[in-house]
Amino acid sequence: MKNEYFISDFCHMTAEEVSVNGAVILKNETADFDAFLKKIYQLQNLKYSKFFKMDALSKLTFLGAELLLKKESSSLKNIQDTALVFSNKSSSLETDRKHQKSIQSNTDFYPSPAVFVYTLPNIGMGEVAIRHQLQTENAFFVFEQFEAEFLQKYTVSLLQEKKCHHVLCGWTEVDGATRHGFFYLVTQKGNIPHTKQNIQNLYTQR
Amino acid sequence: MKAPCYISAAGLVTPLGFSAEDTFEMLLQDNTALKKQEDTAVSETPFYAAMLSEKKINTQFQQLGNPQQYTKLEKMMLLAMAQTLANSEVKITEKTALLVATTKGNIDALDVNSAFDESRAYLPMLAKKLADFYNFKTEPVIVSNACVSGILAVTVAKRMISTGLYENAVLVAGDLVTKFTLSGFQSFKALSVAPCKPYSKYRSGISLGEAAASVFISKEKHTKNAVEIIGAGSCNDANHISGPSRTGEGLYKSIAAALKEGQLEANGVDFISAHGTATLYNDEMEAIAFTRQHMQHIPLHSLKGAFGHTLGASGLLETVIGLEMMHHQTMLPSPGFDELGVSKPLHILLQKQKKPIDILLKTASGFGGCNTAVLFKKVS
Repeated sequence: MKNEYFISDFCHMTAEEVSVNGAVILKNETADFDAFLKKIYQLQNLKYSKFFKMDALSKLTFLGAELLLKKESSSLKNIQDTALVFSNKSSSLETDRKHQKSIQSNTDFYPSPAVFVYTLPNIGMGEVAIRHQLQTENAFFVFEQFEAEFLQKYTVSLLQEKKCHHVLCGWTEVDGATRHGFFYLVTQKGNIPHTKQNIQNLYTQR
Repeated sequence: MKAPCYISAAGLVTPLGFSAEDTFEMLLQDNTALKKQEDTAVSETPFYAAMLSEKKINTQFQQLGNPQQYTKLEKMMLLAMAQTLANSEVKITEKTALLVATTKGNIDALDVNSAFDESRAYLPMLAKKLADFYNFKTEPVIVSNACVSGILAVTVAKRMISTGLYENAVLVAGDLVTKFTLSGFQSFKALSVAPCKPYSKYRSGISLGEAAASVFISKEKHTKNAVEIIGAGSCNDANHISGPSRTGEGLYKSIAAALKEGQLEANGVDFISAHGTATLYNDEMEAIAFTRQHMQHIPLHSLKGAFGHTLGASGLLETVIGLEMMHHQTMLPSPGFDELGVSKPLHILLQKQKKPIDILLKTASGFGGCNTAVLFKKVS
């Protein structure tokens, strides 16, 4: 099958740095990841107070999408017709542990709706959908490791079924010391053919 | 032209029965699994939920393996899969996918009182236990997309089979009633003080439930009761992360996408197996979306009044009951319904009806603004 689709842009976000299309745009000078996320937010000149209510997984997802969709919104047609296909290994476990801590003891029982709502891995996609008004297909997958082939094929099926014009794919892993966001936008034009090998290469080149 | 895709076998583990047939039979006799529970490991105070006794599960599981080695959810899912594998007589090959749909998986492993290690709460660990048990050869695919997970997995399987990556797929969906989820919904003040009553005037919120459901999806009709998956859509509301859209936009668009793919008009649908969680906002949102689609006259039910909200399992559980209805040419009512409590009139079924269903629409909605609609067609 002819590959008609391309990766127009990609982005990596780790505890050390954030880069877009291979170029580092910000390095983390501190050990504090949340502070780093705030720096990225400020760099984008964002005024979106909801950001500060999000958990780390949603912040990471939100910022990755922001960096790629904002970049494209001027040049790409039908940006609102972008589907979201995200995945990770640890689901929302980081926030799950926080909720669990709040309910572990009956004498010290303080579950919070503001925490509980983030105990689902797809909430970050919901935040992205709200921010960019994407009333589109979205799916969250969990895998032992990044699955380039599955994601490539699922993405192509969405495009070929004409469920959307573009697909924003993301790997958003937040667990213990691991913080890694990898995002790429699949469209009709670009320089990088949307193949399993290219996706895998981009993923590993952080 | 895309190749058709079918569901041709299923399995269920619910508080009403350890098979799709037994569970359906119990529903026919107007049974509900929602009961007052006094399980202090889940809640200090009594609550209404549909729960499975682990003792009963263990008795059933003994024919498969050692109950001590697997978590409650794993045993439920393995038992549901056993039925699907037996009913489809599928041989698992390098082209057979395993799709696991769940919101919280073994989340009870995070509890300090759990007999299992905390690492069991990682969803890939759960999937691996299931895959290894039946010797799946492909990497398991986990769909964790809030309360649409179970039905979204059907869509994912169909799409992935059409890409050629897989020839067929075994799906399993499951979720538990835990202190984790119960306390969370409590903190949202979303729990009903009595068995939940979807779409009803006197509804007061959701009741939780636990279940596992499984189906076999392939390009061939493996059994005479096969049902074709003819269209699907899964659109986000882009409105609020924990509240449904007031216009039902995402659900409306999901149904539109499913109809378009299935080349059907709204009035071509014979029955709607809706989500109906019995929260004020959800039910109202659905009523608006169905009315906007001109589907208000189509017989509809929510099974949450029988099974509670089984979260990631609900979409697949309710689909399997839908397939039973198609097979038995019987429409099941909406348990717990009293008087219409949504602003748009819906055709909520009060009593079971002997009537053929050629086209069934299954819908679901969930946190994160997600919605999914899938159309099933009876194969003659």
